[in-house]
Amino acid sequence: MELQMAGRDTAPLPAAAATVGSLLEVRDLGVSFATKEGRAQVVTGLNYSIGEGETLGIVGESGCGKTMTSLSLMGLVPPGGRVTGEIRFGGRNLVDQSARDWRSLRGRDIAMIFQEPMTAMNPVMTVGRQIAEVLTVHEGLSTASAFDRAVELLEAVGIPSPNQRARDYPHQLSGGMRQRAMIAMALACKPKLLVADEPTTALDVTIQAQILDLILELQEDTGMSVQFITHNLAVVSELAHRILVMYAGRGVENAPAEKIFDNPLHPYTRGLIATLPDPDRKVDQLFVIPGSLRIQPQRGCRFASRCSLASEICAATEPPMLEVETDHFVACHKVTP
Amino acid sequence: MKPLLEINDVSIHFGMRGGLFQAGPTLRAVDNVSLSMNKGETLAIVGESGSGKSTLGYAVAGLRPPTKGSIQINPARPHSSGRDPVQIIFQDPFSALDPRMTVETIVAEPLRLAGVDLSNRRMRVTEVLEQVGMPADAAHRYPHQFSGGQRQRLAIARALIGDPELIVADEPLSALDVSIQSRILNLMGDIREKLGISYFFISHDFGVVRHLADRVAVLYLGRIMEVADADDIFATPSHPYTQALLAAVPRIGRGRRLRGSALKGEIPTPLNPPSGCVFHTRCPRATAICSTERPELLPAPGRSGQLSACHHKD
Ligand SMILES: Nc1ncnc2c1ncn2[C@@H]1O[C@H](COP(=O)(O)OP(=O)(O)OP(=O)(O)O)[C@@H](O)[C@H]1O
Ligand SMILES: Nc1ncnc2c1ncn2[C@@H]1O[C@H](COP(=O)(O)OP(=O)(O)OP(=O)(O)O)[C@@H](O)[C@H]1O
Ligand code: SF4
Ligand code: SF4
Ligand SMILES: [Mg+2]
Ligand SMILES: [Mg+2]
Repeated sequence: MELQMAGRDTAPLPAAAATVGSLLEVRDLGVSFATKEGRAQVVTGLNYSIGEGETLGIVGESGCGKTMTSLSLMGLVPPGGRVTGEIRFGGRNLVDQSARDWRSLRGRDIAMIFQEPMTAMNPVMTVGRQIAEVLTVHEGLSTASAFDRAVELLEAVGIPSPNQRARDYPHQLSGGMRQRAMIAMALACKPKLLVADEPTTALDVTIQAQILDLILELQEDTGMSVQFITHNLAVVSELAHRILVMYAGRGVENAPAEKIFDNPLHPYTRGLIATLPDPDRKVDQLFVIPGSLRIQPQRGCRFASRCSLASEICAATEPPMLEVETDHFVACHKVTP
Repeated sequence: MKPLLEINDVSIHFGMRGGLFQAGPTLRAVDNVSLSMNKGETLAIVGESGSGKSTLGYAVAGLRPPTKGSIQINPARPHSSGRDPVQIIFQDPFSALDPRMTVETIVAEPLRLAGVDLSNRRMRVTEVLEQVGMPADAAHRYPHQFSGGQRQRLAIARALIGDPELIVADEPLSALDVSIQSRILNLMGDIREKLGISYFFISHDFGVVRHLADRVAVLYLGRIMEVADADDIFATPSHPYTQALLAAVPRIGRGRRLRGSALKGEIPTPLNPPSGCVFHTRCPRATAICSTERPELLPAPGRSGQLSACHHKD
């Protein structure tokens, strides 16, 4: 029996449909909160789109606005937060839609999974009933057939003895099983877009590999699109067709995954890749990105205080996002077409 | 010269609560582990959640006595009072530091408990803050005024104040942001060079382990599956569990993992570990002997320094 240890291959990802039909178009997205010091703009002027069957990875450090971007697609930005710009999905702009329209969209057309499954699950309801409830609300199934369907879904996400597990409460499952159950719940109504917010960050590498395989498999079966958020570039390289790098609430680089890895152009993306210790290569000193995301200039490029290439223009004006090579977008004064 | 640390056939069991007149079952968190570390060496402990890494680390730090076996530290330097040869730093830099105390009080606490006088304590605090790259005026501030990375520096400073030779580091980077991790990792490397410190380094990040470790021990259900020089573990892993762990690590832009190659199932409960080789319920190479006979930790074929506990090892 051979264990395929060195068997890394370049098996293609499930092919994304030609970019003709964008499922989601985000234009000039902004998210802000009222604070004692005035309005805090935590996401600014963000643009991206996701094609049908495509996986977009959104990468960036803690606090750069990944979760707020995702929550805005679900109409779940916390109270006090204001969302501006456009979120075009299925021909509609979701930003201004009513609470009622959000409720009917959530879980049915767009579903979300989180790092901590307990945030999405009800601790005092069995796993099977929670999934069944989604089906009775959105698909109008009867209680009994919804429960049967819930058991099928648990089986589909690889939970052993799904009949018994459906009768367990969330805390009775291991972390990996809870993550699977949450995925089952998210996929109950065959959403067109799955938004995944660091779903593998708290898991062992072995269980992480299982969950990534599961998402790829479900995507092949259903053709859904995925927005996958993480601070870990290596994780997105497992499944993203495209990658958007965020810094301090803005997009700084957006390109097909191979271009980001083979030819990263923005100084921050280069830094992020260089700073990670490589399991295949030992070096004396790791590259360090100086400074901190918490200290940001008020004007110009947000990354200027940490950037070795920064010059006067960087402090003066914000760099626009330009297509510097075919289908490779970068927001940096020093990277030009 | 004697090794700095000798772990001799250590088991650590937890008694679980039983019924009224019967003892509860026994949880074997660490089971017959023997390891040794030379001075200046960094030993990384890897393995899935629940494999017993922290439990073993606490025992090395003297925080939990082993149920069986012994742990011996052979310091190279004489250690007077307040100088403890082993220190520990934890994963979470937020809960590890008392928010009501100043940095100086926190960092100097081991010395105060040992009766070192105030002026000597202050001198030492200034020294260790410098060693971890913090400004001297940090001494009079409070933990909440610092970022996660800075707090982890403070935790390292506190570990350094007793002039230790061995630091047990239990996932010291996993609560930190990626751009901060590399800084703390470089700091830990510098400190090791300058002060001749050894790390008993618990981690589940193989990139970090590759960077820092001289030797690696792979734990599964409280037992050592494989122990060897880091170069050998990464280049020619012998044990199927080590191979599976390494294969699961996502790598930047290196092509993708082989789909479907992920190790199946989850780590079983140590309350009722599988018979024979504890890994046999998940091992793609298991045969009949694996479920009946416990494999001994023996050299891999042709590699005397690489020990692997497997009937069918590479
Ligand atoms: N209710 C709120 N009021 C004000 N600011 C907020 C609020 N919620 C979040 N923020 C701020 O918004 C910014 C973006 O937060 P977000 O959670 O989107 O970051 P993230 O990229 O998901 O980070 P992480 O990787 O840590 O999850 C942060 O700076 C955060 O402090
Ligand atoms: N005080 C305790 N009482 C009972 N069981 C315990 C205790 N501490 C640990 N255990 C059990 O011992 C086993 C090993 O736990 P340990 O925390 O050492 O694992 P670990 O390898 O550090 O895992 P992780 O990666 O999640 O930190 C687990 O099954 C755990 O539940
Ligand atoms: S615009 Fe200037 S400061 Fe910003 S990333 Fe580019 S070079 Fe650096
Ligand atoms: S002894 Fe058998 S079950 Fe255990 S690791 Fe080796 S082949 Fe697998
Ligand atoms: Mg987040
Ligand atoms: Mg632990």
